[in-house]
Amino acid sequence: MNYHWNWKIFWEDAPDGGGTYLDTLFSGLGYTLATAGLAWIIALALGILIGTLRTMPNKTVARIGGAYVELFRNIPLLVQMFLWYFVMPELLPVGLGDWIKSLPNAPFITAVLCLGFFTSSRIAVQVSAGIHSLPRGQTMAGTALGLTLPQTYRYVLLPMAFRIIIPSLTNEFAAIIKNSSVALTIGLLELTARTRSMSEFSFQTFEAFSAATLIYLVVSIIAIIAAHLLEKALAVPGFITSGTASGGH
Amino acid sequence: MFSNFDFDVIARSWHYLFFTGMAFTLKLTVIAMVGGTLLGTLLAMMRLSSHKAISLLATGYVNLMRSIPLLLVIFWFYFLVPYIGAWITGADVPVQVGAFSSCVITFIMFEAAYYCEIMRAGIQSIPRGQIWAGYAMGMNYWQTMAYVVLPQAFRNMIPVLLTQTIVLFQDVSLVYVLSITDFVGAASKIAQRDGRLVEMYLFVAVVYFVLCLALSQGVKLIHKKVAIIR
Repeated sequence: MNYHWNWKIFWEDAPDGGGTYLDTLFSGLGYTLATAGLAWIIALALGILIGTLRTMPNKTVARIGGAYVELFRNIPLLVQMFLWYFVMPELLPVGLGDWIKSLPNAPFITAVLCLGFFTSSRIAVQVSAGIHSLPRGQTMAGTALGLTLPQTYRYVLLPMAFRIIIPSLTNEFAAIIKNSSVALTIGLLELTARTRSMSEFSFQTFEAFSAATLIYLVVSIIAIIAAHLLEKALAVPGFITSGTASGGH
Repeated sequence: MFSNFDFDVIARSWHYLFFTGMAFTLKLTVIAMVGGTLLGTLLAMMRLSSHKAISLLATGYVNLMRSIPLLLVIFWFYFLVPYIGAWITGADVPVQVGAFSSCVITFIMFEAAYYCEIMRAGIQSIPRGQIWAGYAMGMNYWQTMAYVVLPQAFRNMIPVLLTQTIVLFQDVSLVYVLSITDFVGAASKIAQRDGRLVEMYLFVAVVYFVLCLALSQGVKLIHKKVAIIR
């Protein structure tokens, strides 16, 4: 065991000219959070839409939702990244494809889109599970009150379903932050990529990885606390949500 | 749209793709599944232990593994395993470990955290009375676990364990970052050699999609079959 520890390495200048090694790690964290945050918006919007479609009484609509979920769930995230980055521009009309390839931050945009669509399928599963967990009488009561189907979803089913699935959405949010690291394979300089380049330039491998581990840990703890606060703020008095016990973490 | 594509590249390389690439992916998946389930079950028993220290240790490990990305874990172990090897064997220099062994250790350690959470739920799904009944019959902790609790816990959790294994099968593709020739790695080498990225990655996606879809349909069938009617 002759590893040479040097914790002061973080305050030394990184060779890529972006300040100290610590600065480059934090700039990586910035990309990680930006990618995850923007992808989360796409994922939530699409996930709610598809998840709702899957519970529709119309069989064809439900099947389209199901096919969407299967498509994005059964291909590894890494392969999806490659599809978005290398394959999609080739399949588009030449002009559009070339424009995409020439974008200055193509890896970032690609990663956001890919991660958004990937996570949307997982959110869709949670949303339909949440809707299905409500008693069937709720839909019937909505119909009996003269609500149309969209109104039943808007005022009865979705508000309840959301409160039930907040804990599993928290898990998905933690997962999207972790999954954003896969974008390093298409050249996005997020936290894990920065950590690896720090370890390659400085040879202080374990210091770099320890720092990254600590940063990921802190981020995920903050996300969990924020989700608990959100859950409390949105709780309907007298309505016990299924997952107040924090089993997952 | 596909007019200027050359899907012939797949016919030329399928042997390499499947017998080198896919073989590696499947081998790693199976070993990690078996090892991960065993270690995960042990971790679950530790988490549920009445000894505070043991349970805290397992909880800390599981939560740590679950809050960092798999890619970071892959890099961690890739660099750490040689030092651990040196520490165990008492050697002065880091022990050279092959890429495959490094991956095996990484995936067993990482997936164990996820299998642990599944097995914990499985063990907790067995009514406490059965454990007391075991003790009342004169069995000790290990006998109660081995003959009463774990067989039922496994049976209850088989669908979830298999679903997690499909996730693992997809996760194995991430060893690509270590330039290892798994299925994606093999495809990517051919793709870059022949300049056929589009055809290759589409083919990889289709293969994964078909396999995972078939597996998940299989899991659904098993789910129906093993469900214990109470």
